[in-house]
Amino acid sequence: MKIGVPREIHAGEQRVATTPDVASQLIKLGYSVAIEAGAGAAAKFPDSEYEAAGCEVLPKAKDVWKQSDIILKVRAPEQGEEKKLRSDQALVSLIMPGQNPELLDTLTKSGGTALAMDMVPRISRAQKMDVLSSMANIAGYRAVVEASQHFGRFFTGQITAAGRIPPATVLVIGAGVAGLSAIGAAKSMGAIVRSFDTRPEVKEQVESMDAEFLMLDFKDDEDGSGEGGYAKVMSDEFIAAEMALFAEQAKEVDIIITTALIPGKPAPRLITAEHVELMKEGSVIVDLAAETGGNCELTVPGEVVVKHGVTIIGYTDLPSRLATQASQLYATNLRHLLSDMTPEKDGQLVVDFEDEVVRGATICRDGETTYPPPAPKISAAPPKPAEEPAPAAVKEEKKPSVAGPIIGMVVGGLALLGLGAVAPPSFMAHFTVFVLACFVGYMVIWNVTAALHTPLMSVTNAISSIIIIGALLQISSEENVIMWIAIVTAGITAVNIAGGFAVTRRMLDMFRK
Amino acid sequence: MINQGIVNVSYIIATILFILALGGLSNQETARRGNWYGIIGMAIALLATIFSENVTANYDKLIIALLVGGTIGLILARRVQMTQMPELVAILHSLVGLAAVAVGFANFMDPGRLLHYTGVELTIHDIETYIGVLIGAVTFSGSVIAFGKLSGRISGNPLILPARHWLNLLLLLGSIYYGYEFVQQSVEGGGLNPLIIMTVLALLFGIHMVMAIGGADMPVVVSMLNSYSGWAASATGFMLGNDLLIVTGALVGSSGAILSYIMCRAMNRKFLAVIAGGFGTESGAAAKGGGEDQGEVVPVEALETAGMLAGAKEVMIIPGYGMAVAQAQHTVFEITRTLREKGVNVRFGIHPVAGRMPGHMNVLLAEAKVPYDIVYEMDEINEDFPDVDVSVVIGANDIVNPSAQTDPDSPIAGMPVLECWKGTTSIVLKRSMATGYAGVQNPLFFLDNTRMLFGDAKATLDEVLKAL
Repeated sequence: MKIGVPREIHAGEQRVATTPDVASQLIKLGYSVAIEAGAGAAAKFPDSEYEAAGCEVLPKAKDVWKQSDIILKVRAPEQGEEKKLRSDQALVSLIMPGQNPELLDTLTKSGGTALAMDMVPRISRAQKMDVLSSMANIAGYRAVVEASQHFGRFFTGQITAAGRIPPATVLVIGAGVAGLSAIGAAKSMGAIVRSFDTRPEVKEQVESMDAEFLMLDFKDDEDGSGEGGYAKVMSDEFIAAEMALFAEQAKEVDIIITTALIPGKPAPRLITAEHVELMKEGSVIVDLAAETGGNCELTVPGEVVVKHGVTIIGYTDLPSRLATQASQLYATNLRHLLSDMTPEKDGQLVVDFEDEVVRGATICRDGETTYPPPAPKISAAPPKPAEEPAPAAVKEEKKPSVAGPIIGMVVGGLALLGLGAVAPPSFMAHFTVFVLACFVGYMVIWNVTAALHTPLMSVTNAISSIIIIGALLQISSEENVIMWIAIVTAGITAVNIAGGFAVTRRMLDMFRK
Repeated sequence: MINQGIVNVSYIIATILFILALGGLSNQETARRGNWYGIIGMAIALLATIFSENVTANYDKLIIALLVGGTIGLILARRVQMTQMPELVAILHSLVGLAAVAVGFANFMDPGRLLHYTGVELTIHDIETYIGVLIGAVTFSGSVIAFGKLSGRISGNPLILPARHWLNLLLLLGSIYYGYEFVQQSVEGGGLNPLIIMTVLALLFGIHMVMAIGGADMPVVVSMLNSYSGWAASATGFMLGNDLLIVTGALVGSSGAILSYIMCRAMNRKFLAVIAGGFGTESGAAAKGGGEDQGEVVPVEALETAGMLAGAKEVMIIPGYGMAVAQAQHTVFEITRTLREKGVNVRFGIHPVAGRMPGHMNVLLAEAKVPYDIVYEMDEINEDFPDVDVSVVIGANDIVNPSAQTDPDSPIAGMPVLECWKGTTSIVLKRSMATGYAGVQNPLFFLDNTRMLFGDAKATLDEVLKAL
C-alpha cells in the first residue's frame, strides 16, 4: 500500500506527519511512501532527504491524495481536504471528533476509514503512540521558553559583582505530561518551581523533579483522578480552596504556566482577572489550555496580550513552534501505530477492532461512525492496594523469633552437658579447640569483603586439604591396602592444594585499582 | 627426623598462618599477602608431618604422588576460565570429600586402632570415623553433581522425586542405624560392612540433595559444600586426634556456613527451604503473577543504547549470570573505559547472589580488568539509584525485580533487590522475554523508563561499543 503525506495547509502549521528517518522505517514495513513537495520544509526536512530515504516526491497535494491508500496528516483535515477522502482510503491524523461533529460526519459519509491519533486510548501499551503526550511534552518545554522570552529577568539566581540576581519563581498548574515537562525545563534553567494538581498521586512525580508540590488545605481528601489518567471536574468547596491558594501564589510567583485540561469539556477557569491584578508588574502567564478556552480569564487564544502589566501568552501552536522535534516525535508515534497495524510487515494495513488501541482510534469505517469507543478502563496511575499489605507480612514473620533462639540455646547447652558427662578428657580437649576455632572462623569470615567471596572459597578449599596430614600419617603403614589408599589420597589432596592456592593467586592478581 | 614437640609447634604456626590468610581477605590490598600466608602455612604443616616420626617409609611413592597431584592442580588452575570458577571450586570440594572418606577407611582398617583405644574412647573414635566418612561421602557426591550441573553436563533444573523428604529421612535413619551397628561390630573387630553400606547411603544422599536444587540456588549449594568439606576435615581431625585438622576444618566449615547464610539472606529464603530444593513448586502465586497482562515492553537498538550511555552522567551496570554465559565481561570493560574517558561516571552494582557462586561477578569483572573501586555491593549503592541516569542490566532478572518489594504474594517477596527502576532509565539486555529462575514475571520490563535490548549480550554490547 502507498502512504501519502500532504503538506499541512493550516495557517502557521510547521509540522509534517513523517520525517525521512521514519519514512525509511515505513518502507521497511512494506509500504511505499509519497510526499508532497515542500511538506517538510518548515520543519527543516528538505525534499532531498526524503528522496534519499526512498520516498517519492510529488509536486501537487492533489496527486498525493489521488495516488495514496493511506494519508498521514498532523492537523485535522480542513478547507476541503475532508472531502478528498475516498472510500478505499484511510486517514490518520489528529481529528478531535468530540469537538468537530461536522467533520466526523463528512468523514463518515466518505466511506473511508479515519483514525484519530488523539483518540488512542491512554493505556500503557499505547504509550508509544500517544501523540497527545509527546506534543504536550513539547508544549510544556516551549511554554517555558516563551515565558523566558517575555520575562525581563534571569531564571537562575546569581551573586555577581554588580549585585544579586534573584531566581525566578515559576508556578506550574497541572502536573500532567506538559506540566512535568515545563517543571523540568524551568528547573534546569535554574528557577524555583512549584506545582499544583488536583490528583494527589502526581505529588511524588513532582517531587522527584525537585519541585515543590503545593497541597490544598482541604478537609476531605478529594481525589481528582478521572478515567484514563486525566483530572475530573471538582466540587465547589474544592474550587474555592483552590482559588484562595492561587490568589496567594499569584502575589509571590513571577511566572504561571497553566496546563489544566478536562477531556471533552472547556478548560477550567483557574486564574481570574483578580489573580492577574495581584501579580507583580512584568510577570508572565503561559496558558497551554488556550485552545479550549483558557485556564486564565484574560487569555486571548493565539495571541500575546499584556493586561495589568502581566504578559499573557495564549499561543495554541506551541508544538508547531518546535517543528523539527515535534514532527519527529509525531512521526514516530504514527510509525508505532502503523507497525502494530501491519502485523505481517507486508505493507497491508489491518484495521482490527479486537485491538483496543485500534478500536479507540478509529472514528469511522465503511460509512459508519464508530465514535465514541467503549470507555478505557486502565488508569495510568498505579493500582493502589498493591502497596499496602507488605508491612503486615513482615510483622507476622518477626513474632516467633523471640522463643526460637532461647529454645535452641537450651537444647544446645543440654547436649553439651550430656557430651561432657560421658566423653573422655582427651576428646573434650579437642572439642574445646574445635568450638574456639568455630568462633575464630566466625569473626574472621564476617570481615571478608563480598567482592572476595570467590577467592575465599578457593583458598578455604586449598587449606581444607590439610586433610592430607591424615593420609601422610598412614603412608608408612605396613598394610599395602592402607598405604596405597594413603598415597592416592595424598595425590588427590595435592591437586587440591596446588590448584586451590594457584587459582586464588590468579584471581587476586586480577583485582586491581 | 624431628620430635613431636617441634611438630606441634609447627602445627600451631600453620594454624595462625591459616587464620591470617583468611583475615587477609578483608580487603583487596592484603589479600595477596594472605594467600602467601596460606601457602607458607600449608608448606610448614606438610614438611613437619613428613619429617616427623610418624612417616618412616615410602617417601619415593609419596613424592611422586605429591608431584603428580600438584602438577595436575597447577594445570587446572592455569587453564580454568574465570566463568568456570564455580565448576572448579565444586570439583575441588569433591576431592576433599573423597580424601575424607579414604582417610576414614584407611584409619578404620589400621590394625593398630584396637590397641590404642578401648571402652568409651573406642566408641567415640568409631563415631568420629563414622561421621568423618559420612560427611566426606556427602560432600563428594554432592560436589560431583554440583560440578555436573554447573558445567552443564547435568540439567540445571531441579529433579524432584516423589516423596523426596521421606526419602531423605529414610536415608538419615538408615545412616543412624548402621552407625549403631558399626559401633557394636567394631568392638569385636568387624564393622566394615555397615561402614560401606553407610557410605553408599551417604553418596546417594549427596546426589539426591543436589539434584533437587536448581540453577540460581547454586551459590548456596556451592558455599554449603564448601562448609561440608571443612566439617569433613574437622571430623577427620577428631578421628586422628589432630588439632590442626580440627581448627582448619572449623575455619573452613564456618566460612562456608557464613557464605551460605549470606546467600540465603540475599534471596530472603530459609537455608532449609533452599536445601529442601524445588523452588516455586508449592507457590501458586508464581503462575498468577505471570499470567497478568503487564503491558508492553519498549525495545531499543544498540545504536540508541550507545547514544543514551554517551549522553548520561551516571551509569550503573548490573551484571548477572547472563553476562558470564555470554562471556561479555571484556566488552563491558571496553564500554566502561570508553565511557569513563568521556567523563561518564560508570559504576557496577553487584547483587550477592548474582552468578553461580558467591563473588562470581566480582571475579569476572576483575578478570576483565575493571578496577575494583568502581564495583560496589548492593547495600553500598542501592540508595544512589535516583541519581543514576542509565542503568544497564546485563543478563539479570530476579535481582532487579520490583515485585519483590511491592507484591507480598510473589515467590521472591522480601528479597533485597537492586532498585534500578528508581533511576532515570534502565536498559535491560536479555535474550528473550522468558522469566528468570524464580519463574516470576518482572514488572521492571514493562515500566515506562525501561528499554529492552534483545539479543546475545556479547553481540549486542559489541555493537554498542562500536557505536560509541
